[in-house]
Amino acid sequence: MSGRIEEHPILGIPEKGKLVTFIYNGKPMQGCEGEPIAAALRAAGVMTHRYTQKRHEPRGIFCAIGRCTDCVMVVNGKPNVRTCMTMLEEGMQVQTQYGVSADPDWEAHK
Amino acid sequence: MGKINDRSRDIGEFIPKEGDERLVCRCEEITQGEIRQAVHDGMFTITEIRRYLRAGMGLCQGQTCSKLVKSIVARELKVSPAELEPATSRAPMRPIEMHIFAKEADDNE
Amino acid sequence: MKRYGLIVIGAGPSGLSAAIESAKRGVEVVVFDENARPGGQLFKQIHKFFGSKEHHAKIRGFHIGEELLKEAQEAGVQVVLNATVIGLYQDKEVVVRIGECVHHYKADAIIIATGASENMVTFDGWTKPGVIGAGAAQTMMNLHGIKPGERVLMLGSGNVGLVVSFQLMQSGCEVVALVDAAPKIGGYGVHAAKVARTGVPFYLSHTIVEAEGEEHVTGVTIAEVDERFRFIPGTEKHFDVDTICLAVGLSPMSQLLKMAGCDMEDNPKRGGQVPLCNERGETSLSGIFVAGDVSGIEEASSAMIEGRIAGISAACYLGYLSETERDAEQEKQEQALEGLRQGMFAPKNKGKTLTQTEEGIAISTNLLRHGYLTDEEVERYPGVTHRAGIHPIMECTQNIPCNPCQDACPKKCIKIGEKITSLPAVQEEATCIGCGLCVASCSGQAIFLVDETYKPGYASVTLPYEFLPLPKQGDKGIALNRKGEPCCAAEVVSVRTAAAFDHTSLLTIQVPADMAMKARFFRTEEAV
Repeated sequence: MSGRIEEHPILGIPEKGKLVTFIYNGKPMQGCEGEPIAAALRAAGVMTHRYTQKRHEPRGIFCAIGRCTDCVMVVNGKPNVRTCMTMLEEGMQVQTQYGVSADPDWEAHK
Repeated sequence: MGKINDRSRDIGEFIPKEGDERLVCRCEEITQGEIRQAVHDGMFTITEIRRYLRAGMGLCQGQTCSKLVKSIVARELKVSPAELEPATSRAPMRPIEMHIFAKEADDNE
Repeated sequence: MKRYGLIVIGAGPSGLSAAIESAKRGVEVVVFDENARPGGQLFKQIHKFFGSKEHHAKIRGFHIGEELLKEAQEAGVQVVLNATVIGLYQDKEVVVRIGECVHHYKADAIIIATGASENMVTFDGWTKPGVIGAGAAQTMMNLHGIKPGERVLMLGSGNVGLVVSFQLMQSGCEVVALVDAAPKIGGYGVHAAKVARTGVPFYLSHTIVEAEGEEHVTGVTIAEVDERFRFIPGTEKHFDVDTICLAVGLSPMSQLLKMAGCDMEDNPKRGGQVPLCNERGETSLSGIFVAGDVSGIEEASSAMIEGRIAGISAACYLGYLSETERDAEQEKQEQALEGLRQGMFAPKNKGKTLTQTEEGIAISTNLLRHGYLTDEEVERYPGVTHRAGIHPIMECTQNIPCNPCQDACPKKCIKIGEKITSLPAVQEEATCIGCGLCVASCSGQAIFLVDETYKPGYASVTLPYEFLPLPKQGDKGIALNRKGEPCCAAEVVSVRTAAAFDHTSLLTIQVPADMAMKARFFRTEEAV
């Protein structure tokens, strides 16, 4: 399954940046340079970007234009980065965010 | 005195209802029930609700939920949402790290 | 502190238009936009726009965006991207985050064109990954070339819900249902009809009970609601989907105006909190103007005209043209705007239930309820006539401001007349040559060429087609009726593409003669 549109009846073949490798939760993953991190993740089938602080519920892309802040993740060690607004670069470290941490057991380690 | 600021007004008892468990403010994870309860606790304005519950005070600054919160509060007060004053708008209008917010550009003088 | 003549906030259709008009008259203009690309939502609009020539009718939204950017560049407009306005104060001080620091700018005039944000509804599971806004779907598929999901349920039958449903299918996604709590479809009937004929079922008076799934959406349950929007037990329907798309309206993003201290009102007809402003876009604060959705939700076409009006106002305020000149220039723009604000979907008709067209013809209730015209209803409109040989059938049944079909026909077969909202009528004395320009020009994809006497026992139907893979001549398949149900076997007898059609291909299919007025879509056999 590929989440990418190969050819569009109106827009033709999407113009994309070169294929780059980034690190998603410690594992290499590929995406196109210059596309939002969220787009690369969606194309790779990743739906969950984070788990909320109180109820530990999964969240993903919601507005995709930087307003709702639901798609935030830990990017290059920095939490609360809007992945729909942050463009993918080679070698980027992208991690699922738990609360405001990349540590799934953040509450135990508080 | 405006209808909304009349705190002696009897709005009845808080009665739990369908959907109370459902999140309304996605960022601060505030439910419909908490918002309804807050109105019965005496929070009649959006500003009070925000300060009391933090609904609309999270990362997105109420971009997603402010209209939803407004309609829940209005229904509880039995007024039209248009009668409720929206929350105060103040800078910063978008999420911004404090170290950036505090950093003035050189061309500001 | 750097000082500008004019600061425009928002580089969408209205902001750019405003900046162009001011810059053309000599004002030093800067536009700040928080996004990485200019154009606002225009570049996500891949459908052909409605209106007349002056409104860029039959041009796709993203092409209008390209034209606007070019015009802005030529006018000397400076656009600063990734520039987030975080504060606006009464003395016309604008606080902007650019990169890693905060800048303060002053301007003699300010135009606020911040647009709108999407409304949301809550239901159980609405926070799960896989529930997205319609704008998110458009952003992913039309800007980034990513499918938002494989199987999608759309909530909302306004123009956004209808247009995005069609675009989802163009991107290769399956739309399993279109759902709206309202008892009738909110958007243009033609938009609904082009979705319905592909086989998407419409569920009006229905809404979402629950989004299902543990980690992300795997299904959805909808149910019928009564007139007070309460669920009717026993009416639940389940769909396996991975995506639920919400298109439940827009609200003006007017917080900056409130922050600046403009007088505001809550106006449901305009979509929520809006600044009080006059027809020139002036707010209660001298030198602060507004344009576009921030002052009331409308279409991009009207936003662009409002932008031009505000740009002219600001230039006059700054002394770059006289009031007499301003009034003359604005009158032209206002006429164009007035043209767009006519017809059934005009702001003044919001919330009203119309039962007749301007021509006095009964409005199709089936179209409003199910998204398609019945075989009986379609016959009563002036665009539908019968004769020997090829001729256009215009299934355009609501008064909307749009007239490209009239200009498209080289043989003058189609008449709308002076009033842009009139239903197109077939001119009996003119002879159709089957060129298909009208079919491709219709933004609503509501025009078909029909030859009821194509061959003994067979009729031909030419229909607009904007999907991939494009069928080929000789392909055999089935024809679908307006409801999207298979109605007969069909064979593709020609496929026409042309630059003038702008990516709308014309598919001519051969169907049994009695299907001439029923067959409205084609599916190849492999896809069945």
